Amino acid sequence: MSTLFNDKRAPILFAGMFLMLVAVGVLQSWSVTFTLLNMCLISAIMALGVNIQWGYAGLFNVGVMGFAALGGLAAILVSMPPQPAGYAAGGLGILGGLAIGAGTVFASVWTYRRYKRYSYVALVAVVGYLLMRAVIDPAVAAIEAVDPSVSGWLGGLGLPIVLAWPVGALFAAAAAWVIGKVALGLRSDYLAIATLGISEIIIFFLKNEDWLTRGVKNVNGLPRPVPYEVDLQESSAFQGWAQTLGMPVDDASGLFVKVLYTLLFVAVLAFILYLSEKALNSPWGRMMRAIRDNETAAAAMGKNVTWQHLRVFVLGSAVIGLAGAMLVTLDGQFTPTTYNPLRYTFLIWVMVIIGGSGNNWGAVLGGFFIWFFWIQAEPIGLWLIDSLTSGMDPASAVRAHLLEGAAHMRLMTVGIVLLITLRFAPKGLIPEK
Amino acid sequence: MADVLNALVLLANFLIVPGLTYGSQLALGALGVTLIYSVLRFSNFGHGEIMSFGTMFTIFFTWLFQGWGLSIKPLPTALLALPFGILATMALVMIMDKTVYRYHRENKSSNVIFLIVSIGTMFVIGGIVRFAIGPADQIFFDGTRFIMKAREFKQMTGLSEGLAIKTTQGITIVTAVIVVAFIWWFLNKTRTGKSMRAYSDNENLALLSGIDPARVVMVAWLLVAALAAIAGTLYGLDKSFKPFTYMQLLLPIFAAAIVGGVGNPLGAIAGGYVVALSEIAVTFAYKRVVGYLVAEEHAPETLLQLLSTDYKIAVSFIILVIVLVIKPTGLFSGKTL
Amino acid sequence: MSFLVGENMTGGYGSADILHDCTIGVDKGQIAVIVGPNGAGKSTAMKATFGMLDLRLGRVMFDGEDITHLKPEERVLKGMGFVPQTHNVFTSMTVEENLEMGAFIRRDDIASTMEQVFDLFPILKEKRYQPAGELSGGQRQQVAVGRALMTQPKVLLLDEPTAGVSPIVMDELFDRIIEIARQGIAILMVEQNAKQALNIADKGYVLVQGANRFTDTGEALMANPEVRKAFLGG
Repeated sequence: MSTLFNDKRAPILFAGMFLMLVAVGVLQSWSVTFTLLNMCLISAIMALGVNIQWGYAGLFNVGVMGFAALGGLAAILVSMPPQPAGYAAGGLGILGGLAIGAGTVFASVWTYRRYKRYSYVALVAVVGYLLMRAVIDPAVAAIEAVDPSVSGWLGGLGLPIVLAWPVGALFAAAAAWVIGKVALGLRSDYLAIATLGISEIIIFFLKNEDWLTRGVKNVNGLPRPVPYEVDLQESSAFQGWAQTLGMPVDDASGLFVKVLYTLLFVAVLAFILYLSEKALNSPWGRMMRAIRDNETAAAAMGKNVTWQHLRVFVLGSAVIGLAGAMLVTLDGQFTPTTYNPLRYTFLIWVMVIIGGSGNNWGAVLGGFFIWFFWIQAEPIGLWLIDSLTSGMDPASAVRAHLLEGAAHMRLMTVGIVLLITLRFAPKGLIPEK
Repeated sequence: MADVLNALVLLANFLIVPGLTYGSQLALGALGVTLIYSVLRFSNFGHGEIMSFGTMFTIFFTWLFQGWGLSIKPLPTALLALPFGILATMALVMIMDKTVYRYHRENKSSNVIFLIVSIGTMFVIGGIVRFAIGPADQIFFDGTRFIMKAREFKQMTGLSEGLAIKTTQGITIVTAVIVVAFIWWFLNKTRTGKSMRAYSDNENLALLSGIDPARVVMVAWLLVAALAAIAGTLYGLDKSFKPFTYMQLLLPIFAAAIVGGVGNPLGAIAGGYVVALSEIAVTFAYKRVVGYLVAEEHAPETLLQLLSTDYKIAVSFIILVIVLVIKPTGLFSGKTL
Repeated sequence: MSFLVGENMTGGYGSADILHDCTIGVDKGQIAVIVGPNGAGKSTAMKATFGMLDLRLGRVMFDGEDITHLKPEERVLKGMGFVPQTHNVFTSMTVEENLEMGAFIRRDDIASTMEQVFDLFPILKEKRYQPAGELSGGQRQQVAVGRALMTQPKVLLLDEPTAGVSPIVMDELFDRIIEIARQGIAILMVEQNAKQALNIADKGYVLVQGANRFTDTGEALMANPEVRKAFLGG
């Protein structure tokens, strides 16, 4: 009986998720359904990335936000047109500065290896840093002065944005490699705090280095991998198609674009999920879990724990970076200020824990489920409070306050769901096999 | 001579006084994190929100007292409300421990699970705070703004640089000294405090000595609640209260605790000042200071600033990461609670 | 019946039994020593009398009272003191604080007990303000025993008190243990150094594979050729 239940558990839960999305389509609108679904898909990919690190290997990475943002950076750097004026103003200076920066890093590492003295390393690093600043500062100022309201940066490469997705994965992987090299030896809670700190540093960097990202001025109007609504509305073929569906052209074009995104994202999710499942069930996956469950024993059996941890950390971060690039693509803009750990790190963690750590399908379900409730908790909470307080005087200050606060119900709800899961079903909705 | 004095006053005004103030706030926060770490053995990600909760209740009582016309001018009314804020926070952590943490303690959950549980409490408390008071900025300072104004200082000394000390800065530093002295006395001189240190040092032996873990845990939470409410209120008085900012305070606080060596209360306090002073020192523009000290023709043209002020908070994260990588046991390691 | 006795104890930490019908007891003012080869369940037998593992069969009697189902902490309140083999001091606390913590359950004045401990171990008085973690191995063992004595126990359980200390320190420690027993305290200890321990023992238990092999006075065991050959190295 219980095995029957377990076998059917995942399909039943996914069917339930599907029905909820359909219900939103019927009750609210199909446009809302697909907006939700697209974000659910991206969340699921991010959750898969975290699951690779936590579920497979027990690595506690709380820097999800940083890797997602690096994916977003890839999206603008690949897709936006280059700004020749910017390059003319300070391209060389930036290049030179970056070269000095890289040189400083190598020199510091060499100094450490040669002398093993942190004071020497600090000296080398500070001198190199000041040199770099001396070269790079005027260049940055020059670039940022070029028509700051629309440009003021170097721009990107002007390539198709879909290319940015693997590049986002690469960016995140490269950062993860460096971070992993220095932080993976730490105890689990120190690793958590270190990754949280590093992800904040990444966001600070993206917010303040205007020459690279336009900083708080944001990058808007990213090219799309799908057609624009206005173009569709003007195409006679699409108009005819909308007519046969019996939908206004405006609505139909919006929906069509969203469905196209959905198809793209489903393809990516399916691909990653397939690879993840393959990896999990391979000898490598079994070894990772062996390391996770008993590091000492695995090390004693001759497994190189540090190297395997680094590998899995890089892989998981790459998946997160990919999802980050997809997210910026969907939004069509890059806004560094919107990255906050609650939404981009901890929420993803909640998805993985509630979905079922160590189980890829669980992570996907968690991604869907939690995103759905994160968005829908607000209307549900509003509706709940509205009906609960309907007996009160409509002008009552208490009622107004409660209605206003309903938006914050989701924080509380997600927290409570997480705490309940940890207590009563620590293995999540779809437990690890 | 006057130039040297001017340079010193300039440093004091923009670096040392703000640094000591912010450092005191961080130190009290880090002390709370360290206490939980020593006794319950996990890094409490919910600490920022506990601070936020305590501050919120202090603000509620401040409003209540202001409504009654109560005032302790020139001191802010919030000081009168603070004990009630502390009590509310104590109630919160007691409920939280009974409903959430106790189960995991009894089931000997791993410390990563404790950490994730603390993230859950962060969400819940964060939600409660935003629901109750809203996400907006609240300024609840009343009373006299300055202990010493820059203009008065200039008149008094005849220097061209002024030194201003805000009331909130004075209150913060004095309160921090009192609280730290109390915690030191409690941990080293009282039976309960010593039993807490014993429990933190060697749990099994503490059990064999008849120390009741439930009591130690309860006292630890109560102390943490008080520390959090005090730290949060001092920070809110000095700057302003905004729930999001308090979540962001978590990292500088962790940085302070880790720089000082987690589990070491004196280290946590030192760590608070190290982090705060470096944040300001690294982003401070030394141009004017140097201008006073060197001959006019050598006066610097650039700002002489290591990092732009935009990176101020990032400095604490950078320190945190550097310490974790180079010396994860902290700069003042070797002594636990 | 002895003052403290674990009768017919059978049980272990998990599913497999470590003790098999093992009986161990000690009277006031006596020193009882448990010896035996490695893995014989010596420590387990002593810990069983202190309630640190679940007994499937048998019972533990203390001063005529059945304490089989009491937790270790509750046995401390009854008057049992236990000195673990390792991690037996609060390393970050001073010697004096260690002793204070030993007396945590007492509400009366502990000054005279502390003086007694200092009389017994004079070096501790000298080092009273020093963290226990900074002391030598032998001194730490003295702190550990002193801490357990602070509750004024009627029975003192010692798990290999001389592990890792030099022979001179070992003799010194044994002398102190005899002195403690003379004050009327029952002492039950597990010892790796079987010969020296049996020399001071009023009663000796030789355990093999969790069961009693020989039980006699220390003197008689020392004289028993079988015991000498198999367990005391001739």
